[in-house]
Amino acid sequence: MSSLLIEKTSPTAYFRKQKLTLTLFLLGMIFVSWGASVLTQFDLFDAFAAIPRVAAWMTANLLPDAKAWSRLPRILDKLWDTILMSVMASVAASVVSFVFAILGSVTTRPNGVFAFLARTIASINRNIPVAAWAMIFLLSFGQSSFTGFLALFFATFGFLTRAFMETIDEASASSVEALRAAGASYSQVIAQAVIPASLPQMMSWVLYMVETNIRSATLVGLLTGSGIGFMFSVYYKSLQYRSASLVVLSIVVVVLAIELISNAVRRVIL
Amino acid sequence: MALLEVERLTKFYGDSRALSDVTFKIKKGQFVAVIGPSGSGKTTLIRCINRLIDASDGSIRYDKEDILALKGAALRHARAKIGMIFQHYNLVYRLTVIENVLHGRLGYKSSIAGVLGMYTEEEKTKAVEVLQLLGLEDYVYRRCDQLSGGQKQRVGIARALVQDPRMILCDEPISSLDPSSAKIIMDYLRRIQKDLGITILVNLHQVDVAKRYAERILGFNAGHLVFDGPPSELNKKRIHEIYGTEAGELIID
Ligand SMILES: Nc1ncnc2c1ncn2[C@@H]1O[C@H](COP(=O)(O)OP(=O)(O)O)[C@@H](O)[C@H]1O
Ligand SMILES: [Mg+2]
Repeated sequence: MSSLLIEKTSPTAYFRKQKLTLTLFLLGMIFVSWGASVLTQFDLFDAFAAIPRVAAWMTANLLPDAKAWSRLPRILDKLWDTILMSVMASVAASVVSFVFAILGSVTTRPNGVFAFLARTIASINRNIPVAAWAMIFLLSFGQSSFTGFLALFFATFGFLTRAFMETIDEASASSVEALRAAGASYSQVIAQAVIPASLPQMMSWVLYMVETNIRSATLVGLLTGSGIGFMFSVYYKSLQYRSASLVVLSIVVVVLAIELISNAVRRVIL
Repeated sequence: MALLEVERLTKFYGDSRALSDVTFKIKKGQFVAVIGPSGSGKTTLIRCINRLIDASDGSIRYDKEDILALKGAALRHARAKIGMIFQHYNLVYRLTVIENVLHGRLGYKSSIAGVLGMYTEEEKTKAVEVLQLLGLEDYVYRRCDQLSGGQKQRVGIARALVQDPRMILCDEPISSLDPSSAKIIMDYLRRIQKDLGITILVNLHQVDVAKRYAERILGFNAGHLVFDGPPSELNKKRIHEIYGTEAGELIID
């Protein structure tokens, strides 16, 4: 409003300019997409035209048959392992992340050195993707579910530390100041202001990481030979597509279910 | 005998000077308003007094103690005897009213008792009494995020009062409130000063409010204390000196 007055722009001209910007942006996007498809020789039109054919092939070859269904108990068993591993990795990482976030956040850092260390370690961790972690631990620990756990743990730790630091600064900075002013000690401030103010948001982040980790666990399992990812690769490599597709289906169902559950939990805590 | 003695207080943020050589004394039980344009150093002054920020130079004596020399437990104890009220209330909104009020007792408790939230019956009774005094007896167990702005600020006052403070520092306590809630808050501050004898040092944006409530006004401009006197001496000319060129546009009734 005030900037309009300062620039002496009439509302009509202002909105016309906005529309023009939007149009140019859309044209730019179309151009970039077209350019990219030319460069990569990916024809969008062909891709769309192929959809019916792909769908037909999928129904013919990927629908789980009786043999695939008979393997369901084993699949569910592995799936359960995977869920457990994701939850464990998320919970374990959230404890460590909480400590690092307290040390690193602007509001609660005890001193600059700790804060710098905590932030640096977390941000290095965060920039290494989970697949890279899997490969790193694969080299040191070989194919095992522990390797998968470690990969998920470190990727989660990096992400959660950053998310927790932001949550602490956003949710508790003002009350932390009030408690300090009243003479509260550092540990009192953490227990009485930081935790009650930021815990629900932090739990929401942990739930998000559980969801994410169940998805990544599939990928990590492919690499580390554990859990549901391993199951998939066994069926896939032995060309048992119908069983492999049942694995995929069950993953999708579980991911959706977990998302529904965590949304319900979020509604209660937030 | 002065409760608060500020002498040649100076504060630098990097190279820029937020407070220059500020000297004044406040007697026990006075109602003092601090006015000045934004950026003149009002918040900085208040925060130096309870050491939320560290002064660069000068001295502050509160209740015969050299505030700037305090550390650790001694600093906690000095802070416990100074209440503070904020523009944005600074409550833990997910906690109930009484939980927030009891936070005012933390400075007197052992770390572990405070961490676990173990308050004595006496402290709880005191918290409820203070809430009654502020007309919040029906909201004791209400979560703070369900309160109006004026009610939140009263919880802030209650939290300061259970500290049993000699002085309460207020940083623009009414700047986020509508006029009628603002009046209620200012009236409570006046009652606290008159009935309980607690010294009030309050930063205000509104000159008319300062003139109506304060016995004494401190005027700041660019970190300098440029006015120190009773409201009756705060005429147009002096206001102009405090607010500089802005004065012509000031709305004063
Ligand atoms: N944390 C800070 N870092 C750097 N400069 C600051 C900081 N806080 C305040 N200042 C500066 O100090 C001066 C006084 O600020 P402040 O005490 O907030 O004034 P007021 O409360 O009167 O508006 C201003 O120029 C402000 O920009
Ligand atoms: Mg201010």
